[in-house]
Amino acid sequence: MKFLCVECDAQMAFEQRQLPGDGTLAAVFKCPTCGRSVAMLTNPMETQLVSSLGVKIGGRTVAEQPMELIRSAVEGGRETAFDDSPRTSHLAPVSWDDAARERLARVPGFVRGMVKRIYADYAAERGIAVITPEIMDTARRELGLEGM
Amino acid sequence: MKPIRTYHELAEPDTSGLGTQVAAQRERVAARLATVKHVVAVASGKGGVGKSFVTASLAAALARAGRRIGVLDADLHGPTTARMLGATEGHLQVTPEGVVPPETDDGIAVVSTELLLDEGAPLRWKEPDQDRFVWRGTLEAGMLREFLGDVVWGERDLLLVDLPPGTDRLDALTELVPSLAGVLMVTIPSDASLHAVRRAAQAALDAHIPVLGIVENMAGYACPSCGVIAPLFQGDAGITLANVTGAPLLASIPFDPDAQSAADSGRFRPTGKVAAAFREVVDGLLDRIEGA
Repeated sequence: MKFLCVECDAQMAFEQRQLPGDGTLAAVFKCPTCGRSVAMLTNPMETQLVSSLGVKIGGRTVAEQPMELIRSAVEGGRETAFDDSPRTSHLAPVSWDDAARERLARVPGFVRGMVKRIYADYAAERGIAVITPEIMDTARRELGLEGM
Repeated sequence: MKPIRTYHELAEPDTSGLGTQVAAQRERVAARLATVKHVVAVASGKGGVGKSFVTASLAAALARAGRRIGVLDADLHGPTTARMLGATEGHLQVTPEGVVPPETDDGIAVVSTELLLDEGAPLRWKEPDQDRFVWRGTLEAGMLREFLGDVVWGERDLLLVDLPPGTDRLDALTELVPSLAGVLMVTIPSDASLHAVRRAAQAALDAHIPVLGIVENMAGYACPSCGVIAPLFQGDAGITLANVTGAPLLASIPFDPDAQSAADSGRFRPTGKVAAAFREVVDGLLDRIEGA
């Protein structure tokens, strides 16, 4: 997928990806010549189609988790299907405050271990020692974790 | 408006990253299966021929013959293979290397949607509810990709992929696993099965996928009293399919209600005439893929 600035006849560069809500995926591209930015907006069906490919527009910001697509997309999976007990990251461990821990506990067991690892890696990569609900919100927004 | 250049005429890299990510997915599948000597699909053109029974029994017979076996149940919406092998209570263990599948007592590694879902729960996808037909097939192909590429299959002589009826999933499998050794076609003796399985076999041949052999299931009913095998269906689909595809008829499996009942409860390992028939399948299959 490439975006062309018709006015400048120049290929635009990927800037950022956002999930502003309502099932919308926004991918922002910028023209290197005139500086104009455009956002491609997809409807929920189109967002799901991209997600079904197991790819992220603009590339991944965190490593893909094992069976990420399955764990993200299956509705009502068995709570005990996955055993995530061994740590699967090479990064330093982070701690969780009580509110974040409580929020994590509400995530269905089918996907909880993966979600926990994604947030932990996000925090560790940014030097964040303690995960709070605010950190989780920021990570969700930045990483496109809608639904997790 | 100026003329619009094509995708390939734009020389700069594709910063969307979609192409590179899809390529990386393929590479991950290839790397994962590098420790698997042969990937064999088990298919039929129609439902109700006992394909999963054949897959599970063949896996057990191969394990008994000393081979290291994995089974991937690609019938995502109607999985039964894990149940037949007695592996539904296993967990998928997430490790730094990937997802380690449960193994049966005879060392058969099993991955199936049965391991992901509660008893009786259908496979459902999250929102959006509208226009699911647009993305559902893509998502199911992605599920198959993760079953292949994210599972720590380890050193295996054979990975059996139990396909759903029809040919759609075979196409996806072939694209994900270019080194696919071939496909076993399962039929029952009836004419109806013949016509459906013939189409599926031809689709495989058209895609340059070797048909490794024909397995004719439910080929007669073995009387538990006298042992005489009486026909269950009219027809000779097994030998006819062998003739039209050029693939050998590996065996005709008699129907044994006790075996079927045991398989449904996860306690089945072939015995008696059924076991003898599956030994023929094992010999014929190994001859085709290891003797080649």
